[in-house]
Amino acid sequence: MAVNGNEVFSKVQDVLTDALGVDAAEVSSEATLQGDLGAESIDFLDIVFRLEKAFAIKIPKGELFPDDILNNPDYVAGDRLTPTGLERLKTAMPHADFSKFEGEPSVSKMPDLFTVGTIVKYVENKLRAA
Amino acid sequence: MRWIWIDAFVEFESRRRASAVKNISRAEDYLHDHFSGYPVMPASLLIEGMAQTAGILVGEARGFKENVILAKIRKAEFDGYAVPGDQIRFDAVLETIDDRAAATTGLVLKNGNAMGKVDLIFSHVNQADRSLDLPDENFVFTDQFLNLLASFRSSVGHGIPTDVGK
Repeated sequence: MAVNGNEVFSKVQDVLTDALGVDAAEVSSEATLQGDLGAESIDFLDIVFRLEKAFAIKIPKGELFPDDILNNPDYVAGDRLTPTGLERLKTAMPHADFSKFEGEPSVSKMPDLFTVGTIVKYVENKLRAA
Repeated sequence: MRWIWIDAFVEFESRRRASAVKNISRAEDYLHDHFSGYPVMPASLLIEGMAQTAGILVGEARGFKENVILAKIRKAEFDGYAVPGDQIRFDAVLETIDDRAAATTGLVLKNGNAMGKVDLIFSHVNQADRSLDLPDENFVFTDQFLNLLASFRSSVGHGIPTDVGK
């Protein structure tokens, strides 16, 4: 399915302004959901529901925001992801940019992976696969 | 004791929509202070009425197997005040539901006229999730809530008795 990147970004922007109560100007591609836009855990569920409705897609649990990494002792050692954990995360999130994260895969920096651009890329991949 | 904030269901379509009414009485304690000399039902309690109406709709959709917890108020907008003597009607629509959660939209009416919109997200909390320290029983859908729905279904199925006292 042909995907219009500008249209996807615009719709994702609308979803995030509605879900998080922020101005559209704050929703840039690089903005992080938690750090820059103030998203909390329940907001992630709201965002998934709104994306499903906006794009007529189904987002299975853990596909957009993986939830099986931090609880697995094979993937986390102290405050860092193990090499196995990092590979697992990369596999689970082909829509994320790991260029900054993989040099220092700290658990506390994982939220920085969840940017507006991450969501846009996920939706684009999803629509192409449809 | 749970605080029941709806008096009765007036409509209930499983997995689709539900409507419940609440009659505001001057005898309700909170009105004495909100506000003294000018009783007004707080918006927070209007939201609670919608949460209970929509929450039962969500719970019933999955057979009351899980605890349904109000997780997020997506929208709550009101125009005007609700005062003693008013009848509030909560019209809830189930928009989305899956294993994780549910989303509802809702209209609040005062004496038949629209006065507000309340959209909610509920989270499904499963007894099997041992990461949470939960009681063994379903602590959300107590008999008080279940009886509300049972009463409505009973009145629809068997008719409301008309010969009481004759």
